[in-house]
Amino acid sequence: MTSKPKVAFFDFAGCEGDQLEIINLEERLLDLVEVVEVVSFREAMSEHSDDYEIAFVEGSITTPHDVERLEEVRSNADTVIAIGSCAAFGGINSIRNEQDFQTVTERAYGEDAAMFDDPDAELFDSFEQAQPAKAFVEVEYEVPGCPIDGEEFIQTVTAILQGGDPSLANHPVCVDCKLAENTCAFDRGEICLGPITRGGGCDATCVSQGTRCWGCRGLVDNPAEDAYSEVLQEYGVTTDELLNEFTLYWSWQREHGPQADMQEVEQ
Amino acid sequence: MSQDIDIEGDLVTRVEGHGEIVVNATDGQLEACEWHVVESPRFFESMVVGRDWDEIHHIVSRICGICSVTHTMTGLKAVEDAMGVELSEQDVKLRKLALAGETLQSHVLHLGYLALPDLVGAKSVVPMANTHEEEVRTVIRLHKLGNELIETVAGRSTHAQRTIPGGFSQLPSEAELRDLRASLEGSWNDVETVVDLVLSLADELPEFTRETEFISLTDPDEYALYNGVPYSSDTGELDLADYREIVNEHVVEQSTAKFTKHNRDSYMVGALARFNNNYEQLGPMATAVADRFGLKPVCHNPYLNNVAQLVETAHLIERSIELIDSVLESGLEAQSDYHKPDVDVTAGQGVGAIEAPRGILFHEYTLDETGTALEGNCVIPTNQNHANIQLDMERLVPTIIDQPEGEIEHTLEMLVRAYDPCISCSTHYLDVEFVDTLPER
Ligand code: SF4
Ligand code: SF4
Repeated sequence: MTSKPKVAFFDFAGCEGDQLEIINLEERLLDLVEVVEVVSFREAMSEHSDDYEIAFVEGSITTPHDVERLEEVRSNADTVIAIGSCAAFGGINSIRNEQDFQTVTERAYGEDAAMFDDPDAELFDSFEQAQPAKAFVEVEYEVPGCPIDGEEFIQTVTAILQGGDPSLANHPVCVDCKLAENTCAFDRGEICLGPITRGGGCDATCVSQGTRCWGCRGLVDNPAEDAYSEVLQEYGVTTDELLNEFTLYWSWQREHGPQADMQEVEQ
Repeated sequence: MSQDIDIEGDLVTRVEGHGEIVVNATDGQLEACEWHVVESPRFFESMVVGRDWDEIHHIVSRICGICSVTHTMTGLKAVEDAMGVELSEQDVKLRKLALAGETLQSHVLHLGYLALPDLVGAKSVVPMANTHEEEVRTVIRLHKLGNELIETVAGRSTHAQRTIPGGFSQLPSEAELRDLRASLEGSWNDVETVVDLVLSLADELPEFTRETEFISLTDPDEYALYNGVPYSSDTGELDLADYREIVNEHVVEQSTAKFTKHNRDSYMVGALARFNNNYEQLGPMATAVADRFGLKPVCHNPYLNNVAQLVETAHLIERSIELIDSVLESGLEAQSDYHKPDVDVTAGQGVGAIEAPRGILFHEYTLDETGTALEGNCVIPTNQNHANIQLDMERLVPTIIDQPEGEIEHTLEMLVRAYDPCISCSTHYLDVEFVDTLPER
């Protein structure tokens, strides 16, 4: 890798909150552009170049056009990094994956939902499911979160620049919660996804802010065996029950597993 | 001079979400002039169905990262309206404070990072770090101030957690509020610097006016952002319960794109609409900023939306200081760190409206007796500005049609950016193109 690698940002279906978290690095963003050359960042700049080594992709893949664009990004980049839960495993967009698509379009568009069946209405050519980037192309690394944590983003970039491996932590959010000395959400009578959600980047921020973990960073690897079983046992909840309790972020992942790699997905 | 123009389908940069401008002319004759939205549909109206009353705000927050506080709170207001939940005065003040932080953050982001490069002739804020280092650092400090405001009150700047139905799960401490107040007081020099910069570049803002209707919230007691009723500059106060008749989404024949209209063919929402409708209620610092630009209501130049944002930036700082003072004066009533307001879950239908940074935002939810959502509807500001952008373009392009194509494109991009369209939150945006000129995306 050259001394100042070229990086580019691309967004698909999402809220652009992850890109915003990068802008929210404020002064540290100026430090970042000292060590990398940003050649494309549509949310913040007009320039664009197809010459880049590292591509960050945000948002989930929901249309055939998204796939074309993603494949182009893949062929240009040496390293593709999914930022945010939408890009990493479908995220909140995948709530609709468990709903009947016809109903989904009608709820949002009323009688105009017929457009989704019209081959001439290209803008409405939408997949029935929201999927992550890795369902279509190889993705080297992920920075999950909804939104991502700026600190974890910096750590990831730093590791890559130094030739290291920014692999994800593999402990549940419960561990971070203990470190933050939070009162357990189960103790407060809430259902919390901390025991089966991947920690290591958010400092259990939602529990610390007085709510519960909603599972935004996705399933921890092997949640069935390794999840924080003491917590679950103590409160008489099984991993499966917990998995079924919430489908906010996991509709795609529940089907494909936490470490799902690229696979044949019907387009 | 009659030229052929073909501005076709590059994504407009430095806006949130995906939009394209299409202009075609042959021999100086305008053939097409269209503003397209090409965001992938995300179906939030369906995503909330079947979800619990205390999850809805969490989901709809993800409509937009930049105005997630507004979406969260508009969702909460609609749910609270449906179930008849009342908030304490203190909680309302704190929500207003978080909202002020978000609007401040968003305005500074838009002005400083997205629009300013146009005025200094740069492609982005990155090269400006070399040519205008001090100004860029100032913009960054102000942006950070907005985020600090949100973090202190709501816990996290994007998709904050503490605002929940009925109030807050957790409150800031008095000490934190005092620190925040000091940062706000300390920011006036920075505001001054940005005002000076924009003032020195104000000649770059195109002179273009087209009379239009302005819709925003209005409130007898204050410059309306969190509370208030819908108000039209043409027809006066409106009923929130009739919001569907206010926005009046419809398909127009000549364009096939879904537009909104109220009293005329289009209306404008956002900072300029609020400025025009509620000018008298701005704080003294904000009014002074407006005076320096000679900005007075009613202003019909959409490019001056950027100046209205600057005026509001000053207002938001003044207002936040007032809100903190008011909370501290009555003594912050503490609550537990894992507070859950007492909410009686009931069936009902509720509507909420809040001024998002980009304009009035409506959410509506229908809940069954267990508090599960049966239906949802969100009408976002960008959606409402679409027709106004389109009509501005139709009026503007013939007046600049002899300019080089690059100039025309630049002027139109600036127009779109002035509206600060937040296209990624196009929850049920309908932009249908049957004609062959559908641009390559
Ligand atoms: S992961 Fe969350 S923050 Fe990121 S784009 Fe998706 S909804 Fe937005
Ligand atoms: S606590 Fe859970 S929901 Fe909250 S940020 Fe962490 S992983 Fe996401």
